[in-house]
Amino acid sequence: MSIRTLRRHFRESGKSLARNGWMTFASISAVTVTLLLVGVFFVIMMNLNHIAENIQKDVEIRVHLDPAADDNNKDLIGQKIEQISAVDTVAFSPKEKELTNLIDEMGEDGKTFKLFEQDNPLNDVYVVKTKEPVDVVKTAKQIEKFQYVQNVKYGQGYVEKMFDVVEVARNIGIVLILGLLFTAMFLISNTIKITIIARRREIEIMRLVGATNSFIRWPFFLEGAWLGILGAIIPIAFIAAAYSYIYDFVSPRIQIKFVELLEFNPFIWQVSLILLLLGAVIGVWGSLMSVRKFLKI
Amino acid sequence: MIEMSEVSKIYPNGVSAINGITVKINKGEFVYVVGPSGAGKSTFIKMMYREEKPTTGSITVNGIQLSKLRNTKVPLFRRNLGVVFQDFKLLPTLTVFENVAFAMEVVEEHPKDIKKRVMEVLDLVGLKHKARMVPTELSGGEQQRVSIARSIVNSPQVVIADEPTGNLDPETSWEIMNILEEINNRGTTIVMATHNRDIVNNLKRRVIAIDNGRIVRDEQRGEYGYEY
Repeated sequence: MSIRTLRRHFRESGKSLARNGWMTFASISAVTVTLLLVGVFFVIMMNLNHIAENIQKDVEIRVHLDPAADDNNKDLIGQKIEQISAVDTVAFSPKEKELTNLIDEMGEDGKTFKLFEQDNPLNDVYVVKTKEPVDVVKTAKQIEKFQYVQNVKYGQGYVEKMFDVVEVARNIGIVLILGLLFTAMFLISNTIKITIIARRREIEIMRLVGATNSFIRWPFFLEGAWLGILGAIIPIAFIAAAYSYIYDFVSPRIQIKFVELLEFNPFIWQVSLILLLLGAVIGVWGSLMSVRKFLKI
Repeated sequence: MIEMSEVSKIYPNGVSAINGITVKINKGEFVYVVGPSGAGKSTFIKMMYREEKPTTGSITVNGIQLSKLRNTKVPLFRRNLGVVFQDFKLLPTLTVFENVAFAMEVVEEHPKDIKKRVMEVLDLVGLKHKARMVPTELSGGEQQRVSIARSIVNSPQVVIADEPTGNLDPETSWEIMNILEEINNRGTTIVMATHNRDIVNNLKRRVIAIDNGRIVRDEQRGEYGYEY
């Protein structure tokens, strides 16, 4: 296709947008609302995911050893843990070190625990990290069955619940987003239908004088793409502005470990690109539906 | 140029429009297609530019066998045909010049060639001075001349006209006929469906009469031969 033809297609698609005034407005509004919701939801989801990942990354299995175990037993357990395929790292922490850690963590109050240095009641511990956070529960249960393992701690219940919550939120989000995307697509498809009907005579003449099918279709695809892309502008601007504000406001005030927002750059650029592409795709897709149905060529 | 062999057309609703037509139209001929309303004239004409496909039989136009022509190739085939209608089919928002240029634009001709060629054909139909007007500012005859200009602007080998004078008064009809004759004199084949007895009987050309989907008469320099 020559540049001249392409220019003509662009011009024609622009003319249609202007001519269909209100329908154009309605379609763009639908895309705007949809992408705004999709965008906000996406940003929240990604941040939740990010936080969950941070927490999950920090989940470790603490294997408390039976005090009756001798050094040989301890080495054996260490080796057996290392042999589990899901395990990433294993670190041995003797009970003396555990006590020092405890004393440090307790601060001033910890000094009383110094009394226990003579007769340490704590256990030796293996600190195990898995390659994937999801494998924590499974691996912990496996280790628990080893001989000379007194018990295993990994934040039982808490970890499982977090995985569940993230998953449910994700599924609800996906369903919601898909529904909205379809609504916007049908509105665009309807706008294109009106364009096609308005230009029926023009299309008829084009066919009679030998315009190729793709030549006839192009302006409609472009029009659909415009509707989608124009509809994406407001959501992108809004989300970028709002996120920048929220990020600056929230980030310095968060005290909780693990909880941090995704950085503005490159996250918002990625979101913008996704929204823009989504807009263009539903636009072209909606247009495709109408072109196939009403433009019998 | 145009050859039909044992062509029949039955529409999906069961109406049998054409029942076995075999005919040959040579290059440079001027042919009238006459017959009562509903005789199958329009179907006969539409099959020539592949607006309709025959149910059985074969049609060859400009050396292309239409039954073997894929849908995607139809546009290229149509570039060698010009089609003129009773209702002109002009775009009301475009000027005369733009209406004619439209046919060249959509087949992606160069703008320079378009300008030159459009003025040439507007001159041929005698409307060069009205190039900037829109169709509603023209009389019916003038609008039909624009439509003819558009049909020949891509230099087709065949012009197919479906009752081009149907909406026009006798005097204007003759203007149109003069232009079609001029086009024919330059070597373009013309097939024209008509109800205009006066024209057929005075400007004598080959006449193909269709009734009940069959050719009932085919004679050189024929008469209209109907009472209506």
